[in-house]
Amino acid sequence: MGKWTRRAFIGTGALVGGGLVLGVAGATFAPTRHGLRSEDSEKSGELTTWILVTPDNIVTVLIPHCEMGQGAQTALAMMAAEEMDADWNLVRVKEAPALDAYANAYIVRAFVNDVPGPFERGFDYGTYRLARWFGLQVTGGSMSVRGTGHHGMRIAGAAAREMLLAAAAAQFGVKTSDLSVANSRVSHAGSNRSATFGELANAATRQPVPTHPAVKDPRSYTLRRKPRQRLDIRSKVDGSAIYGIDFTMPDLLHAAVEIAPVFGGKLVSVDSAAAEKMPGVKRVVRLDEAVAVVADTYWRARVALATLKPQFDDAGHGGVSTATIFEAFDKSLGAAPDMPAAATTVIKADYKIPFLPHATMEPMACTARVTGDRAEVWAGTQDPLNARKTAADALEFSPEQVQYTNLALGGGFGRKLPGLLDFVGMSARIAKAMSPAPVKMIWTRENDMQHDYYRPAAMARFAGALDGSGAPLAVRSSYAGGGDSESVFMPYAIADKKFSARDAKHPIRTGPWRSVLNSQHGFFKESFIDEMAHEAGKDPFAFRRDLMSEHPRFKAVLERVAAMAGWGQPLPAREGRGIAITESFGSIVGEVAHVSVSRDGVLKVVRVCAAVDCGDVVNTDTATAQVEGGIMFGLSAALLGAITIANGGVVESNFNDYRTLTLVDAPTVDVDFVMSGAHPGGLGEPAVPPIAAAVTNAIFAATGIRVRELPIKDAKLAATT
Amino acid sequence: MAGMAISLTVNGQARSLDVEPDTPLLWAIRETLGLTGTKFGCGIAYCGACTVHINGKAERSCSIPVSAVDGASVTTIEGLAAGGALNRVQQAWLDQQVPQCGYCQSGMIMAVSALLAERPQATDADIDAAITNICRCGTFARIRKAIHGLTEQGGA
Repeated sequence: MGKWTRRAFIGTGALVGGGLVLGVAGATFAPTRHGLRSEDSEKSGELTTWILVTPDNIVTVLIPHCEMGQGAQTALAMMAAEEMDADWNLVRVKEAPALDAYANAYIVRAFVNDVPGPFERGFDYGTYRLARWFGLQVTGGSMSVRGTGHHGMRIAGAAAREMLLAAAAAQFGVKTSDLSVANSRVSHAGSNRSATFGELANAATRQPVPTHPAVKDPRSYTLRRKPRQRLDIRSKVDGSAIYGIDFTMPDLLHAAVEIAPVFGGKLVSVDSAAAEKMPGVKRVVRLDEAVAVVADTYWRARVALATLKPQFDDAGHGGVSTATIFEAFDKSLGAAPDMPAAATTVIKADYKIPFLPHATMEPMACTARVTGDRAEVWAGTQDPLNARKTAADALEFSPEQVQYTNLALGGGFGRKLPGLLDFVGMSARIAKAMSPAPVKMIWTRENDMQHDYYRPAAMARFAGALDGSGAPLAVRSSYAGGGDSESVFMPYAIADKKFSARDAKHPIRTGPWRSVLNSQHGFFKESFIDEMAHEAGKDPFAFRRDLMSEHPRFKAVLERVAAMAGWGQPLPAREGRGIAITESFGSIVGEVAHVSVSRDGVLKVVRVCAAVDCGDVVNTDTATAQVEGGIMFGLSAALLGAITIANGGVVESNFNDYRTLTLVDAPTVDVDFVMSGAHPGGLGEPAVPPIAAAVTNAIFAATGIRVRELPIKDAKLAATT
Repeated sequence: MAGMAISLTVNGQARSLDVEPDTPLLWAIRETLGLTGTKFGCGIAYCGACTVHINGKAERSCSIPVSAVDGASVTTIEGLAAGGALNRVQQAWLDQQVPQCGYCQSGMIMAVSALLAERPQATDADIDAAITNICRCGTFARIRKAIHGLTEQGGA
């Protein structure tokens, strides 16, 4: 294995020869960026390397985020190319490798919008150093566009444009102010001369990187705010995209595993003698928490694994079940919150939601090869640097001893975020036992379904008070299962709002699940405000709107989605509309679900409308796709999704008992964007939180039945008269 | 390696599979033949990610042993684009920008192309009955739209 310097990377493949490597101008203490090797990047204070222009006039944008269908790679390239005035047909995307130099710190900016000018460079440098320290190259939190794109790619693109202009000015002997740029060409109208980016690339590398280049006025955008085809789609319709599970190499061995069924359980014993004599089997590898069969083909490994009868302990958790967990939640919540004495009406409600798996279509898979004091690892994850660190930790190596290559992800939804890459560590340990042979480990769907980091089960206990006119006086809740200030936030002008965290520990592994805590609290709070509206005798839309005087962005989104859905227009019997609105990851999403419920209780979600204020939109088509997908993902969980715990382990094992949405049950979805011009918000997650409450509120409108526990499939919706 | 080899046609080429006869076709396609466009999703013929055509019919290759396809003609996603030109279903998927992560889409495209070959004017009821594949990114609305565009043209 070679030395993994930046130059080694750039100097390979299609990028060979005279590449112009532009750094991000916002970088502190970074005089220039081009020609730096990653080993001295720390000394130089260099941030990252994102934009290359080669003599073939191709602009290559290195994206420090993975592609899992969310379209971030295309969108970030659009943001850079827009500022450069590059010809979009001559722009290519490449995922940045798992090197410290590509640690992404700009995601921090998504949370800190207003860094005073003089401190910007220091702030960005500091967060970059932290990101490197933690091995963070994460794609999550709906942060690619609003963080790296807005604070990084735009600036990098603008800096590249200024360097190309400066090179042209020198070549033509004119002032930069007399030059114009369009379609990857710099022109001087006065002398009728021009040069392509490719022709200028080499000279531009010798220009200093401007630290504060001017970015465009959004009104002059020509590339952004339009539908652009994603650059990765072609490979996903012809079968050529290589996902983590698809990786192969000569002499590859294959591993299948069985993992302790109870969380925290360890392997006690396994008799491997018979399995090791089976065709193609190389070895049975004992790990702390699992047993692996390594064979020359995956199926032979599976067949041999099925003959093993491994014994695992239950780590003392064998008595844990869904019932015991919710009993503990119930106890921790105690009595319903107190309500003010002035209340004319007090309403109370409990809500419960289950554990949920990510159930990415691609089961966990990882290939590793350990050779002496080096290792190579291949997988599809949401954080290449953390994957490298996870493998290194498993092997007791330093991260520098591991070369990690990220491949396409067959879904992420939070399962493949940093800290959750257990399968990468497991794969590395199996490969160490088989060193120097490369080994690909593939989890079965059963492994995946039963060894996820689940969306936490949760429970909330609400109380609300209305005065004699139906105006809300107070809303209070206590909740178990997690929450934060963003997820519990209600945009309603109610004088007395209080939300208190309680909890009751359990041993089930939990983790972020698309929209994280907002998926729970979106259901809780938007259900309860609906209950308050009905108790007050008010229309649920009007009730919400009239309480939004302090939040005009919320009000505009709510009004837009109500208009899209024809709110208030008459519907047949046993049909209804429900509305819900939440803000998460910097974006406000309002949704209206239109449902029908047959007399015998069969629910059909007919149509969902969504209005979205994410500030601005980069690629209108992929933005719409993210909202559509978020709604379907949330709807699948609301209608059908539940992981059940019994005897300390997960009961569901595959898609036959963990049901998900399919085409027949998928509603029509209409999406519209409110272009408020606010600071960019995320889009990968914010469409998820409102959908469950929109549907249950619609069921109430259609039937008078209030569904307070998910999934909805367990509710009895049949007519009783 | 395992005795009697299985002979079949894959994407128009005669191939031989020297694996245990109970090996699922999926793993023979992916590992023995190196055609990784066909995906593993559930292993129980439930999700449809592994859908291929066997003698023109959409089948879930994870649950079909190679012994059952001796002499058969199998088409995978790699065999749809003749000479590198996308077929109509693939082109519709590109035009509608259907895939997100894309992992289920090989199976979706194979299922849809088999449906349209059989029923060029497939109705929504036909589509609902035939396209039961799981997609976790939630591309369903675009899938239906893409199929509608193809049925208007008269099938695949």
